[in-house]
Amino acid sequence: MNAELVSELEVPRQRTARARVVSAVGPLTALAGAIWAIAQPYRLTVLHPHGQGFWWLFVEPPLLVIAVGLFFYFAVVPGLLDDLEDARAASR
Amino acid sequence: MQPPAEHVHWLFATGVLLLGLCLLAEGVVGTEIWRRRAWRAYLWPGLAFTLGVLMWPVMTFYTNSTIHMLAHGAWAEMLMLAGAVELALVRGKLHSQAWRLTMAAALVVSGLAFLVHEQNSWFFQRSSFLHHLMGWTLLFAAVFPLVRSVRPRSQTAVIGFALTFVVIAVFLYCDRDVAPVFGHISPLAGAPHR
Repeated sequence: MNAELVSELEVPRQRTARARVVSAVGPLTALAGAIWAIAQPYRLTVLHPHGQGFWWLFVEPPLLVIAVGLFFYFAVVPGLLDDLEDARAASR
Repeated sequence: MQPPAEHVHWLFATGVLLLGLCLLAEGVVGTEIWRRRAWRAYLWPGLAFTLGVLMWPVMTFYTNSTIHMLAHGAWAEMLMLAGAVELALVRGKLHSQAWRLTMAAALVVSGLAFLVHEQNSWFFQRSSFLHHLMGWTLLFAAVFPLVRSVRPRSQTAVIGFALTFVVIAVFLYCDRDVAPVFGHISPLAGAPHR
């Protein structure tokens, strides 16, 4: 067993302020969408779909906001954090 | 099968919101790190260009007056132009920072298009209010890309520019076909729905 490797894994990754801000953007956006959905549930036609046309079911603004937040968090942020960490390591 | 006009506004709001978040992230981490991956470097300029392309069908199918059509055409052209210039800057086809003035011009023209094509007063109904608000917001926000072209490292300009798109997305999400604004609606606007 490589003890050095284990100790490396156990060291918590210290995030810079920039990394924390970038990580928070997506969840905060999704949270804004969730708050909007709770504040105006009638905007979510999926909750009362009877008699709704395709576009009213497909385009639901609070869900779109949540989707943007999640997309940003899962598709954009991971690579960005890696690059940020690489740049930080290179500058040491 | 054509989506109602307000749905088109919401779909565009979604694209503009994603554009704003990407710009915000670039502003926070810095352009050098943002562009470390090619797909990311092209993401927001490509998104701006795509939104411009998608504006053409909106102009074709949703405008009911000449001035309305011209305004949507102006937005389409400006989004495509600004997106294309940013793509060329990323690609290295253009080098001078002065090209960033294109984005400032795009915001000015877009803002003027909002203000000129809105024929009603602020409190006629919600869309009138939002048109005035977006027009003035874009006009004032043009200062951010203007400063960015002169001082590319200005954090205030970069973050302000990014937040402009987030704010515009919020305004677009607020749009309704016919709805009151702060309790005001003109009887001439028609009956509000939803």
